[in-house]
Amino acid sequence: MPDETEPLLELNGVNLKFGNTWALRNVTLKLNAGETRIIFGSAGSGKTMLLKAVIGLIPIDSGDIKLFGQDVASLQEQELYAVRSRAGFLFQEGGLFDSLSIGENVEYPLLNRQVTDHKKDGAPSAEEVDKRVRDALRFVELEQTYDKFPSEVSGGMRRRVGIARAVVTEPPLVLYDSPTAGLDPITANIIMALIAKERAVRNSASLIVTHRYQDGELMANFQYDAKDEELIPAGGASQKDSSDTRTKFIVMKEGQIVFFGTRQELESSDDQYVKRFIRHEG
Amino acid sequence: MLQFLTAGIESFQEFLLLAGRAFLNIVRRPFYSDDLSLQMDIIGVGSLPIVLPTGALSGAIIALQMSRALSTYGANSEVGPIVALTLIRELGPVLTAINVAGRNASGIASELGSMKVTEQIDAMRALGTDPIKKLVTPRLIATALMLPCLTVVADAVGWFAAYLIAVPLLHLVSSGFFWSSSWQALVPNDIIQGLVKPFIFGIIIALVGCFYGLRTTGGTQGVGRATTQAVVFASIWIFFVTFLIDKIFVGL
Repeated sequence: MPDETEPLLELNGVNLKFGNTWALRNVTLKLNAGETRIIFGSAGSGKTMLLKAVIGLIPIDSGDIKLFGQDVASLQEQELYAVRSRAGFLFQEGGLFDSLSIGENVEYPLLNRQVTDHKKDGAPSAEEVDKRVRDALRFVELEQTYDKFPSEVSGGMRRRVGIARAVVTEPPLVLYDSPTAGLDPITANIIMALIAKERAVRNSASLIVTHRYQDGELMANFQYDAKDEELIPAGGASQKDSSDTRTKFIVMKEGQIVFFGTRQELESSDDQYVKRFIRHEG
Repeated sequence: MLQFLTAGIESFQEFLLLAGRAFLNIVRRPFYSDDLSLQMDIIGVGSLPIVLPTGALSGAIIALQMSRALSTYGANSEVGPIVALTLIRELGPVLTAINVAGRNASGIASELGSMKVTEQIDAMRALGTDPIKKLVTPRLIATALMLPCLTVVADAVGWFAAYLIAVPLLHLVSSGFFWSSSWQALVPNDIIQGLVKPFIFGIIIALVGCFYGLRTTGGTQGVGRATTQAVVFASIWIFFVTFLIDKIFVGL
C-alpha cells in the first residue's frame, strides 16, 4: 500500500492523439486520499478518455501516469490487471455482465481477486464473499435484486449495481464515468447521494465525469452523515464552503484541462467555455 | 488498393497476435475451468442437433449418387470403400466444420461483439480480468477438442446411413461385405487426416469468431457485421486449410 503522503493518482503531461485530434493534451493532475474531482467538458473533450487512460485501458502517447505509485504507462497489459483491480470503475452504462445475475456481478471483483492473486490463504471464504456482496447491494439499497439479471431491472438500478460492483472491494480510488447520464433528476440525485456516501464511509478518492452541474455542486456542498443516514450541507448549514468536502472542479476542452479550482472559482470564471457548465436548471 | 492491402495485412497481424496470446494463456494461470466446461457443453453437445442429421444425410447422399456411377462401370462392390474414404477424409470434417462455423463462429462473434459494444469487455479489463484468458482461450480449447469428437460422430452416422442406402435399400452388396470392404479401404493416414483437420478447423472457428467479436465497433449494426464476417471468413479458411492439408497428405 502507498503511504499516506503519496498521492493515489498522479498524471504528468499526459498526451494522447488520434489522427489529428487530441484526446488528451498535456494533462496534469494529482489526487490524494479522500479528495474528489469533478470533471466537466463538452462531448468529445476527453473526459472518458482520461478515466480510461488512468487505469491503462487506453495506452497514452507520452507523459506519466502513476496509479497507487505504479507507472501505468510502462506496465504490460498482463501486469496492469493487478493494479486495475485495486481501483473501482463505474462505466457509463454500468458495464454489467448481462449473462451473470446481479449478485454474481457484484461478486465478480471479489472472486477475480482470488483467482488472480494465485493464493487461497487470506482470501475471503464463501460466506465472507456472500456477506460482502449483500453488504454492497444493501449499500445501494438493492439487496432484493440479488438473483435478478441486469436486463430485468431499470437503468437507474443497473447504475446502482455498477456502483456496488465498483466499491465491493473497498477501493481507495473510484472512477465514475457519467454516473447520472440519461437518468431522470430524482434517480440522478439518488446516484450522487450514493457516491457521496461511498466517499464519506470509506474516505475514498473519487474522479467523477459528469454533464450535470448539480452533481458537482452536491459533491462539493454536501456530506453524508452516517448517523442520520442523509446528506447534510458541508461545513455546517450556514456556510457553503467546498473546502470541507475536498472537492475541486476540472473543465476539459479538446483534451486539455482549461480550468481547475474550487466551486467558488468556477462560478466566478469569466471564460465563456467554462461558464457553459455552470447551470442551475435541470 | 494499397490501403485495402495494408488494412488486410494489419488485420491478419492482429489476428496472429490474438492467436498467440490465446495459445500462451493455455499454460498461464489462472485457469477458468468453469468457462471451459460451459463452452464444451455449448459447442459440443449443443452442436449435435445439426451435426447428426447433416452427417447422416451426407452419408446417404454419397451412397445414392455413387450407386448410379458405380453400376455404370459394374463396380457396385466399391460402394463401401468410396463412402468410407470420402466421409472420413473429406466430407465428415469439412461439413461438420462448416456447420459448427455457421453455428458457433457466429455465436461467439455475436456474444463477444455484444459484450464489446456494451462496454462489458472494457469492464472486464477494468476489473482486472484478461478477456483473452477468460473469453478466448476457453472457446479455443473447447472448439479444438469438441470438433474432432463431433466429426467422429458425424462420420459414424454418415457411414451407417450409407449402409442403410447401399444394403437394405439398393441391395448393392451384402451387409458383411459392405463393412469389411470399407474398413479395409482405410489406412492410418486417412484416420489421422480425418482427425487433424477438425482439430485445426476448431482452432480456426474459435479464433475467427473471437477476433471479429472483439473488434466489433458501432453498436448493434456492428454486431451483425461482425457475425457475418466471422462466418464468411471461417468458412473460407476451412476450405483453404483443407486444400493445404490435402496437398500435404496426398504427397505423403
